[in-house]
Amino acid sequence: MNIIACVKQVPDTEAQIKVKADGSGIEEGQIKWVMNPYDEFGVEEALKLKEKNGGDVTIVCVGPARAMETIRTALAMGADKGVHICDPAFDNADAFVTANALAAVIKPLPHDIIFCGQRAIDDDSGQVGSMLAEALGLPQLTLVTKLDFAGSSVKVIRPIEGAQLLIETALPCVVTCQKGLNEPRYASLPGIMKAKKKPVDVKNAAAVGTATDVKAKVAKTVPPPARPPGKIICGDEPAQKAAELGRLLREEAKAI
Amino acid sequence: MAKGVMIVAEQRDGALRKISLELASTARKLADQTGDEVSAILLGSGIEGLAAELGKYGVDKVFVGDNAAMEPYITEAHAAVVAKVVKENDPAILLLGASVQGKDLSSRVAAKLAAGLATDCTDVKLDGGNFVAIRPMYAGKCFGEIVFNSAPAIASLRPNVFPAAENAKAGAVVKVDAAVDAQKSKVLEVQKDTSGKVDLTEANVIVSGGRGMKGPEGYAILEELADVLKGTVGASRAAVDAGWRPQKDQVGQTGKVVSPNLYIACGISGAIQHLAGMSSSKCIVAINKDAEAPIFTKADYGVVDDLFKVVPELTAVCKKLVA
Repeated sequence: MNIIACVKQVPDTEAQIKVKADGSGIEEGQIKWVMNPYDEFGVEEALKLKEKNGGDVTIVCVGPARAMETIRTALAMGADKGVHICDPAFDNADAFVTANALAAVIKPLPHDIIFCGQRAIDDDSGQVGSMLAEALGLPQLTLVTKLDFAGSSVKVIRPIEGAQLLIETALPCVVTCQKGLNEPRYASLPGIMKAKKKPVDVKNAAAVGTATDVKAKVAKTVPPPARPPGKIICGDEPAQKAAELGRLLREEAKAI
Repeated sequence: MAKGVMIVAEQRDGALRKISLELASTARKLADQTGDEVSAILLGSGIEGLAAELGKYGVDKVFVGDNAAMEPYITEAHAAVVAKVVKENDPAILLLGASVQGKDLSSRVAAKLAAGLATDCTDVKLDGGNFVAIRPMYAGKCFGEIVFNSAPAIASLRPNVFPAAENAKAGAVVKVDAAVDAQKSKVLEVQKDTSGKVDLTEANVIVSGGRGMKGPEGYAILEELADVLKGTVGASRAAVDAGWRPQKDQVGQTGKVVSPNLYIACGISGAIQHLAGMSSSKCIVAINKDAEAPIFTKADYGVVDDLFKVVPELTAVCKKLVA
């Protein structure tokens, strides 16, 4: 089985995000970079499929030089090889540019199933998986929380508002992963040692050959709107505080 | 020349979803600024009757693709029809809901049209004739102003943020061919949530509990308060990771990003990844014993006390208020 897992390197969820004074992006100095948590579910699912059915797992990543660390993490978890699409031309890539670059690299590789995170927790766009599926002409299954492989097809569970769908799709397909799919493993020490010797093919924009001009551009990054300072509700007894809170919610906030 | 505002309306089980009315109203506002038309795409089976309701909320023309192949929703089938209607009618901007289905569909359609897409927007405006979409990034730790290098521009709108207002227009039906080739995906089963609770992303009121709930049984008092306020119970990552609440209840950067009218955080300290997921709520209440908890920096109203004493009292107060 030939399995692809796409990964992105993002700031850790605990990172404080500071906007640059000129609005051109965020301050990257203090940030701890990690594998996008939703991509970890994809790597784990890929490894589980490989362990059960044989085959190999290829990691594909678009990102600057530091993203190599994230590829090595995936290799240390057990993936076999990597492709790193690395070029300053991709620094401000939107989902469309990223997806087309991924597609160009994945197309010539044998692929039965392709995993992506349902979204990256930096730009929160949630577009790349679907755009990659379109670029490759494959069906997409987004937000998957359970996956059963059945030879030439997969059956998945996909939560929607107020229901879950059980969907069957013929392979190859693109699956985007949601929390709940699995518990990603930690890289073992021998895994980390082995990962250093696993092959990673680094490709620049010319080698990838797809356009790098974006369709949607972040013209400006701004801090979130400030909230006016809140009120601490005073009172001697919990009952008194609850009564005052109820009154304020009703009369002032008009929230109930 | 691309012209007009087009929306993709969303229906389920033969009823329009609330986000469809929010889309129609937002589209109307934008179109009135340029003197253009609002059109809608409505796909499903036996759904032509819903066009009139879209008309009530400001839609001039409804492209109805009424075909058994449109039900249940399959991404590739819907995307093919939407892309075709967009190409034939050339709108300046296409708006979809940032619901589960809308997010799934919008990115596939954007790829088909080679168009720019801004996901989960909290505002869309016109600036010198160009569309600018405002959207949270890093789960709301900052916001991006998105401009487009494509026609159409495509934006998906966060549910519960844009007001829906009646503004009667014709809602004239234009039938479109929604026959599609056989699909590779098939919905085998729809397992409905029978709890009767609204999904967190669509709830008007959320009562959320964190580590301070001390265990799964603690949530009973939150369920009671939520019942009185017709709300839904949410949870912090700590509570979900501890196995106290199911995955689908998690609010935060690695869970759901929510924007209810009222968010009541109980026993939640306010880790940055939780604050990111709920700080766009319209009114935030924090109930926590620890006066130093970061959650109080985001709260409109704070109660520093034992939640196990305050919440039942609050439930009793609310019961009287809503009676």
